Amino acid sequence: MSSTHAHGHDDHHAHEDHHEPGFWRKWVFSTDHKMIGIQYGVTGLAFLFFGFLLMLVMRWQLANPGMPVPMIGGMLQAFFGESAFQSTPEGVKGVLTANGYNAFGAMHGTIMVFFGIVPVAFAAFGNFVVPLQIGAPDMTFPKINMASFHCFFVSCIIMMGSFLVPGGAAKSGWTSYPPLAGVADMGPGFHPFFNGQTLWLVGMIFNITASLLGSVNFIATIIQLRAPGMTWMRLPFFVWAQFVTAWLLLLAFPPLEAAGVMQTMDRAFGTSFFMPTGLIVNGQLSEWSGGGSPILWQHLFWFLAHPEVYVLILPGIGMVAEIIANNTRKPLYGYKAMVGAIFVLGFLSFIVWAHHMYMTGMGAKVAGFFQTTTIMISVPSVILITALMLSLWGGSIRFTPPMLFATAFLPMFGIGGLTGIPLAFNAVDLYLHDTYYVIGHFHYVVAPGTIFAIFAGVYYWYPKATGRMMNTGLAHLHFWPSLIAINGIFFPMMLQGMAGVHRRWYDGGATYEQIIKPVIHWNNFMSVSAFLLCAAQFPFIINFCYSMFKGKKVPNDNPWDATTVEWDTPSPPGHGNFTKEIAVYRGPYEYSVPGAEKDFTPQTEPPKSDKPATSPAHLSSAPAHSH
Amino acid sequence: MQIPHEVTARPDTGLYNAKLGIWLFLASEVMLFGGLFSAYIFLRMGSDDGYWPMGLLNVPIGTMNTAILIASSVTVVLAWAALKMRNWAQYKLYMAITIICGIIFLAVKLTLEWPEKFVHFGAFIKKDKWAQYEAYLGNEHLAKKGLAPRPEISGHLEAVEVTVAPEKKADFDAFLAKNHLVAEAGHDPAHPVIIVKGEHHGPKPSVAEKLVRLPGVKAVAYEVQLDAVNAEPASPDNERPHFIPRKRSDKVATIKAEDISSWSAFAPKHSPYFAVYFTITGLHGLHVLAGVLVFIYFYFFGEKLYRKNPEHMANRVEVSGLFWHFVDLVWIFVFPIFYLL
Repeated sequence: MSSTHAHGHDDHHAHEDHHEPGFWRKWVFSTDHKMIGIQYGVTGLAFLFFGFLLMLVMRWQLANPGMPVPMIGGMLQAFFGESAFQSTPEGVKGVLTANGYNAFGAMHGTIMVFFGIVPVAFAAFGNFVVPLQIGAPDMTFPKINMASFHCFFVSCIIMMGSFLVPGGAAKSGWTSYPPLAGVADMGPGFHPFFNGQTLWLVGMIFNITASLLGSVNFIATIIQLRAPGMTWMRLPFFVWAQFVTAWLLLLAFPPLEAAGVMQTMDRAFGTSFFMPTGLIVNGQLSEWSGGGSPILWQHLFWFLAHPEVYVLILPGIGMVAEIIANNTRKPLYGYKAMVGAIFVLGFLSFIVWAHHMYMTGMGAKVAGFFQTTTIMISVPSVILITALMLSLWGGSIRFTPPMLFATAFLPMFGIGGLTGIPLAFNAVDLYLHDTYYVIGHFHYVVAPGTIFAIFAGVYYWYPKATGRMMNTGLAHLHFWPSLIAINGIFFPMMLQGMAGVHRRWYDGGATYEQIIKPVIHWNNFMSVSAFLLCAAQFPFIINFCYSMFKGKKVPNDNPWDATTVEWDTPSPPGHGNFTKEIAVYRGPYEYSVPGAEKDFTPQTEPPKSDKPATSPAHLSSAPAHSH
Repeated sequence: MQIPHEVTARPDTGLYNAKLGIWLFLASEVMLFGGLFSAYIFLRMGSDDGYWPMGLLNVPIGTMNTAILIASSVTVVLAWAALKMRNWAQYKLYMAITIICGIIFLAVKLTLEWPEKFVHFGAFIKKDKWAQYEAYLGNEHLAKKGLAPRPEISGHLEAVEVTVAPEKKADFDAFLAKNHLVAEAGHDPAHPVIIVKGEHHGPKPSVAEKLVRLPGVKAVAYEVQLDAVNAEPASPDNERPHFIPRKRSDKVATIKAEDISSWSAFAPKHSPYFAVYFTITGLHGLHVLAGVLVFIYFYFFGEKLYRKNPEHMANRVEVSGLFWHFVDLVWIFVFPIFYLL
């Protein structure tokens, strides 16, 4: 049929008289992967900021237990209601209640993971960049792609709406462990359906559906729509990272969807999937028939949530790899080993989940198995991070804004990874479980790890998406304070955690002051750092909005002198992406190839002749700037 | 803009896009149902002896539904083959049979199997009261034989005996009138109770549940027309579950409310068994419904695409057929683990 050879480019001559789609088709019901990527990106970034604000309120409470939130306390109380905030005896509004603290904590975790990082790192960058990098005109199933975002948007509305129902949002932790989550938000004062925990479940079911539709699309696109010549080992590493991530989402998320359906049944229809026999609630025997198992939920939850950790980090590693290769002007060190490692990592991530459950008393044999697999998974992780470190070696590094964040990612992710190793061991974990040490560990992975990678990605691909550069001065103003403040938040957490500070104390440990006296003062330091981190985000927000309209126009379509295919499109790319037939002739990172005219050879550049150029003059590493 | 490989296969992968897409989707579906089936295994292994019911489902009807679903899987392939041979009339015929099979399957589920369960009553007796109900449970007999105990008395609710606080009597009477229930005075003057019955047959369990939760109303006992297994619990005939459903007995047992640990209709909340049964068959039913809707769409609105690009239409039927086979396959697991094991 015609489409085997057409490859999407046969209509590029019709581009000029293409009708500009109307408002609804362009901004809301768009099937264009770039628009869907931007929709995911903007929504996700907004959620990241919102989730961060929730945490700021909590950090205020931890450092100043029982004090009203200054300035905006009244506003918070008016918006989140009496269940989350109360007044001081003097009538000053805005004291976070224990209920409110629990709700903010549960929603901070949920929002950051499922509504912030996954939508930005996976859905936004994946949607925008992957089809461009493999030379495809769009995703394989554009309408399903649109359905994915709409499904996600519905889940956003449900989650945000849950703050406004009587009793407030879900407050059983982002893990929603039953039986607590089964009995929470029920009884007098709560709507049987429109209550925090049930809405959390329904919102998650929509969120999971969205990510399933997205991941089917990603895998199919990478398999089916690679341009001629884009063989598997010519894929940029970012595409590999997205490919493995999509598999993780595709296979790990459905069990949580099943678990979500079951917990919804427990709450709405009185079933006992997770409700044990003889459960006593508020001193009374509960009405559930019993016979269920709370541990079943933990298994199903962590079967998703451990691969989810890699869903959070792999796209980040992919972005950092692209940016490091581009800014060191040399190929990635050990590209093939990295590709192998990421597959091993993806596979192993499915058989480590119960290391979150050492405290359930599952027995030494089972714990031993999960301890072993958990230690094994550090091998591919170390391969990835070492390859990226070694890629810096001998490069003439350009410290562009994306590169600043990408280089910072390496040690930050390193700290996050290394602090995880003690947690892998059963014996150590029994002590550290549920302390701030755990919080510090995984926040090092996702906050200065993934979120820095996201910032790197935004600075790197922003010119492609908008046709304008972001301001470098503001970027520095964003980067340096962020790097310092974020360590000021998370490093003391390790110290506190090792001293035994529990992660769910609502008063910052004031009740247990005698026990944790040597470390409790860090609460103040961490909270101040958190507020500074917030302040440091404003240069980014200003930069992001301002540059869209007033930023410096890109000098050409390839402002970073990059080799990968996405830079062969107009900035921003039009519908159908490419204005010419795309064919790929070489690997993704041909930087500083000896004998080449410039220090980068795009993947789409046809070979000049069979004979390699040998002129020594061209071996010099001086970059050939044409602008 | 044209997406490549929409209809014809990409040479190096040998797949057109939708075929790859549906296989990926089915992989996630395997994990979805896998999560539910693992819940089944986990809950069943963790249940106390005798608390995982057996033989409560209607095996002949289930067998018929299995056959219907398998037949529809065959006809959907024939419909696809007809399109490949460009025979539209034959396609319409086979597609129609497929759709009818799917609808029969759903109708049997929704009008026969499920409603029958919702009017069935079951009460789990507290362990320390089993001896009092030996005549219905037969646990001594079972223990002698080394079999799992029987903790439940089931059947159909004949009447509910309640006491009503005088100040709430008016609300109580209004509830009875609204739900077509009638009240009689109890026979034992020492323990005055009100016996609530239905006008024709006993109150539905769902209504009885609301009744005993009315303010001021306290349940005293339940009168149950027994299932065969509780009527003759010591009969060797009742030692194993029966695949052919047996007639209810005429025996009526009175179970004191205080001896019951939990009771309900054979609804999801009855026990983890029914919870997982209704969840899996419900989700499976939704999949059947989705398949039927897609087939109906292809049946009525497929001709335009067929005239334009018959291969594209054949692909669509192939892909939805793959989905249909998967739905069939899920049922092949559901049938033995709930009906037979």
